[in-house]
Amino acid sequence: MSEPSFLPVLAGHANAGDAPAPTTPKKVPHQGGAVNPGAAALEARFPGAVHRVDVVWGETTVIVAREQLADIVRWLHDDPSQRYDYCSDITAVEFRDMERPIEVVWHLRSIPFRRFIRLKVLLTKGEPLVVPSVYGVYRGADWLERECYDMFGIRFEGHPDLRRLLMWEQYKEGFPLRKDFPLRGRFSRSEQLRQILAQNPEAKYSMEELSVIDAFEDLPPDMRQRLGKGEQVGE
Amino acid sequence: MATTKRTVEVELSTTGLDASGRPQRVPLVTDAAGNLVPVTAAPPVEPDLEGDHMLINIGPQHPATHGVLRLVLELDGETVVRCIPHIGYLHCGFEKTGEYRQYNQIIPYTDREDYLNSPGNNVAFALGAERLFGIEITERCTVLRVIAAELSRIISHCVWLGTFCIDIGAFTPFLWIFQQRERVYTMLENWVGARLTTTVTRVGGMAADIPDGWTEDLANFVRTFPKVLGECEAMLSKNAIWVGRTIGLGAMTADEAVNYGLSGPLLRASGVAYDVRKDFPYLDYETYDFDVAVGATGDVYDRYLVRVEEMKQSIRILDQALKRLPDGPVNVADHRVILPPKSKATSDMESMIHHFKQVMEGPRPPIGEAYVAVESPKGEKGYYMVSDGTSKPVRWRIRPPSFVNLSAIPKMVEGHLLSDVIAINASIDIVMGEIDR
Repeated sequence: MSEPSFLPVLAGHANAGDAPAPTTPKKVPHQGGAVNPGAAALEARFPGAVHRVDVVWGETTVIVAREQLADIVRWLHDDPSQRYDYCSDITAVEFRDMERPIEVVWHLRSIPFRRFIRLKVLLTKGEPLVVPSVYGVYRGADWLERECYDMFGIRFEGHPDLRRLLMWEQYKEGFPLRKDFPLRGRFSRSEQLRQILAQNPEAKYSMEELSVIDAFEDLPPDMRQRLGKGEQVGE
Repeated sequence: MATTKRTVEVELSTTGLDASGRPQRVPLVTDAAGNLVPVTAAPPVEPDLEGDHMLINIGPQHPATHGVLRLVLELDGETVVRCIPHIGYLHCGFEKTGEYRQYNQIIPYTDREDYLNSPGNNVAFALGAERLFGIEITERCTVLRVIAAELSRIISHCVWLGTFCIDIGAFTPFLWIFQQRERVYTMLENWVGARLTTTVTRVGGMAADIPDGWTEDLANFVRTFPKVLGECEAMLSKNAIWVGRTIGLGAMTADEAVNYGLSGPLLRASGVAYDVRKDFPYLDYETYDFDVAVGATGDVYDRYLVRVEEMKQSIRILDQALKRLPDGPVNVADHRVILPPKSKATSDMESMIHHFKQVMEGPRPPIGEAYVAVESPKGEKGYYMVSDGTSKPVRWRIRPPSFVNLSAIPKMVEGHLLSDVIAINASIDIVMGEIDR
């Protein structure tokens, strides 16, 4: 039933009244340009946590320390002068130069202020690929983080249900968007076919789903055994 | 008593307008005395018995899941307690493949991800790539892209409306609206030669200029389409079955919708007037006169209203784009990205080098990255591209709107009936090609 006092939430409503209407960006410079005020505010609020601020093609990128990412995102979301209430995207970038660290990228938007900011955390190769989850701040981060884990093997610490999303749970070939993963897949076609044919057709429900109805206890012992030792994630 | 024969007897009449000027949305029924009274919840016919929950599997091969989506539902009687979605059945690794392709070669992949919105995806990708190359497109190209994007919004919403009707049980509007969709596809065929997978843009321009007489076709469409849409609206908006099956389902409040990352009609139906065209404009959208449709409750009915209104606004934009369509070149004069005329390649040394470089290596953007988002029919569609200075992107990321929208389905269907899951799922307007990529 519609509420009698319905007022739409207008984007940009937190801007001062005389803020000009946004326009299509023209002749965007490659480097430099207007810096998002959030970057300076972050540097003031979290001294030492901001490693670098870049402005590339008009978009502000803030490279931050991994340890403080959760606090930074929480602050950006809650602070009344920032209000980054919308998480557009979470993804990662691995470069062809294998020495370069993997970058985890958060694209955040402030609908009330009409702002856009990109946060990055650099993860050195060879160390565990772990970053804090922002699931507690943005529920929309749920699948984005799961996909990032699925494709890059980056663990989001604190995500309640970090499972593979696009690939199946028994997938053994690794993380497809990593640069050491060949385009055709790690296994040969015949090996891929063999694995598919060898799959357990009963395992089409996850353990979690079977526990919903206690159906797991009712299964025959051999099936229970096979399901129980089913590999969770291939690496 | 009065609610038992609800679908037969309900006559949805609006008792008037509420404080915000919208029709009251309380279906009325005739009570025993013959008076029209608002529907109240039927008293429970049986006590809520303790019982085992049931596990129901819908999909992946189910026509009502709009593709290969699999939903595992935990049911208490007929009420959904929990929903666990499974996706990935259509995963084909577009993003991985894109790392091995030049920028123009990626455009055909964008057709195939959200295949109901191919021209819109092409436009979005080209905008992202042009940001990365630092190219300013011509004025004619800008307007042509607006036309392509808005036409694509209309056909995508047409498919949504038609299939949603089928899901709810209405067949006639499906036929009417699909006829209109066919007209757009014929126009696209006249423009680029393809119907579904258009690949209408190139980095720095368009695949082709519109042919002679095409604007008359478009003007004809702009003139006649609203009539058919109005007929569909007249058929549905106050239809008792339609209203009874859509109102109050899957409602998300404004705060929830933002926090769950919803975008597009779903977010606007919840009352958040966020439209990328207005708030982060591209293609000079700020110079067009159009309104953003906003709903109040965020339920399935509001999503329907918002989408229908968006089609009307798209027609308004198309009308303005037709009037302002300037003459002039479509492609930029920059021969780093657009091939010089073939005749010059054999007579002019520079042109020949450009041909050779572009065909053999492909255009190279400078080192950098860009995230360009557009308002696709499903929501905020973003392309994030990272370049290391070579002709192929290091990373090409699609931010799929229906992927994030679908991730909120466990929240939306919780507490609703099994049959309403179909309506809620249809109202999200998912395209599995885009979700799984």
